Amino acid sequence: MAEDPPAPQIVVPLRHPWTWLASALVVLIAGLVLFSVATNPAFEWPVVAQYMLDGQILLGLSRTLELTVAAMLIGLAIGTVLAIMRLSRNPLLSTLSWLYIWFFRSVPVLVQLIFWYNFAALYSTITLRVPFGPVLYAANTNTLITPLFAALAGLGLAQAAYTAEVIRAGIVSVPHGQTRAAKALGMRPMPIFRRIVFPQAMRVIIPPVGNEVISMVKSTSLVSVIALAELLYTAQLIYSRTYETIPLLIVASLWYLIIVSVLTAGQHVLERRYRQR
Amino acid sequence: MDPMVRIRGLHKRYGETEVLRGIDLDVPAGSVMCIIGPSGSGKSTLLSCINHLERIDGGRLWVGGDLVGYRERNGRLYELPERQVAGMRQKVGMVFQQFNLFQHMTALQNIIEAPVQVKRVRPAQARQRAMELLDRVGLAAKHAMFPAQLSGGEQQRVAIARALAMDPQLMLFDEPTSALDAELVGEVLAVMKDLARSGMTMMVVTHELAFAREVGDELIFMDAGLVIERGAPREVLGAPKERRTRDFLSRVL
Ligand SMILES: Nc1ncnc2c1ncn2[C@@H]1O[C@H](COP(=O)(O)OP(=O)(O)O)[C@@H](O)[C@H]1O
Ligand SMILES: [Mg+2]
Repeated sequence: MAEDPPAPQIVVPLRHPWTWLASALVVLIAGLVLFSVATNPAFEWPVVAQYMLDGQILLGLSRTLELTVAAMLIGLAIGTVLAIMRLSRNPLLSTLSWLYIWFFRSVPVLVQLIFWYNFAALYSTITLRVPFGPVLYAANTNTLITPLFAALAGLGLAQAAYTAEVIRAGIVSVPHGQTRAAKALGMRPMPIFRRIVFPQAMRVIIPPVGNEVISMVKSTSLVSVIALAELLYTAQLIYSRTYETIPLLIVASLWYLIIVSVLTAGQHVLERRYRQR
Repeated sequence: MDPMVRIRGLHKRYGETEVLRGIDLDVPAGSVMCIIGPSGSGKSTLLSCINHLERIDGGRLWVGGDLVGYRERNGRLYELPERQVAGMRQKVGMVFQQFNLFQHMTALQNIIEAPVQVKRVRPAQARQRAMELLDRVGLAAKHAMFPAQLSGGEQQRVAIARALAMDPQLMLFDEPTSALDAELVGEVLAVMKDLARSGMTMMVVTHELAFAREVGDELIFMDAGLVIERGAPREVLGAPKERRTRDFLSRVL
């Protein structure tokens, strides 16, 4: 005799009334904040709209992007050299690298930027000469160390210290046996690094470097203290003239939000690609 | 005729510990020498000295009549620059316990890498040769696979093909089957037997005593950085003269 299938039971999940209440409260508060932001005339939304695509602002924006790319490239190039030095068997090289990383990670980037900007106070002229011989090149420090130079030095050299650690971690993640195998095949150190170690290290290196690019976009705003007209300083220049402080800070913030959001999306794509295989 | 490998008074230290304490060996061209001994006795170190993956601290070592890693002038040894050592290493193939395939390259790419980068063989030609070698180790169908997609036995056969692609005069095997599941050992040993039959000079560190008996021309037993006993595999394995050899064999068998 076949049994009837059991009657369907009604499953009542545990209810969480407090969670619902808390959520409702948060939505309510968020709504109130949004309403106040949208309607408070002090935000001057029409001014924000007017400046979003202003020529001067866009110039500052492109300067911010250029600084990000240039500082990251400097950081990657010097960082790679530092990482290789750090892993060198030569104790002098690895100690020098350690000292560099220690120093540039310990002093705040803002302080470094101001230091570079005031370099002329330390050395008023910079000369390149053959020891005890003729002078090859001489320049006034103030003409050589422009705000752009100081910005790239401050951001790039500090970034190198951070990138060096990331690259070092990438390099040591490649099993040493592969280096031995490549040596045993007659490959020389440079090709072994270029063809065997580096491509595999990249899988470990790329995701964190993506994060550093995002941080760098925001760090470039520090450069405003040395009067380099990137996004924030451009906004400051305008509001010091027009006194529309809040709307221009909002313009700058919106642009930072947009760039960082785009980069974060790109970062997700990259991470997914590098996690496969 | 010069032996393919000649070793005289070889010493090697890691810091304070002497790992090789005076090794003398000759490996005639075309012969197979098998090396057994307990873990830590210096077998891997010995092989690594032969292609100068490790620096030596005393003695001399020749491959194909050339001094390895050093130039001798006025009775002194001068270490050669990496460039020249690399040139010498091309003549010596090495196969590792952990395969050590390049993980970001396919089987085929693993094999053509050194011929193209080091010997400047044209890629098309290198690919053709690599396919022949893959066919020889029975893996032509898997040429496009990455190491992670291959079994241990398959990886080790690719590693052997990769070493052979440089046309070495000598092949060093460091426990080539020790990392393999039992059922995969046979396929690797078959490739090695085939290679020995083709006349390759081989030095094989192994615990596969049946392989040593069948393929080896000479067997040496190492312990604590010294060669304790040597001879025809049948004799050393069948009637060991030294107590340490007997102890070791009784533990392995
Ligand atoms: N890179 C190294 N640094 C320090 N000691 C090592 C190193 N490689 C091997 N040794 C030591 O040298 C001895 C011999 O090692 P090895 O040649 O690997 O022995 P085997 O291959 O016979 O097991 C061991 O005691 C090992 O711990
Ligand atoms: Mg070993």
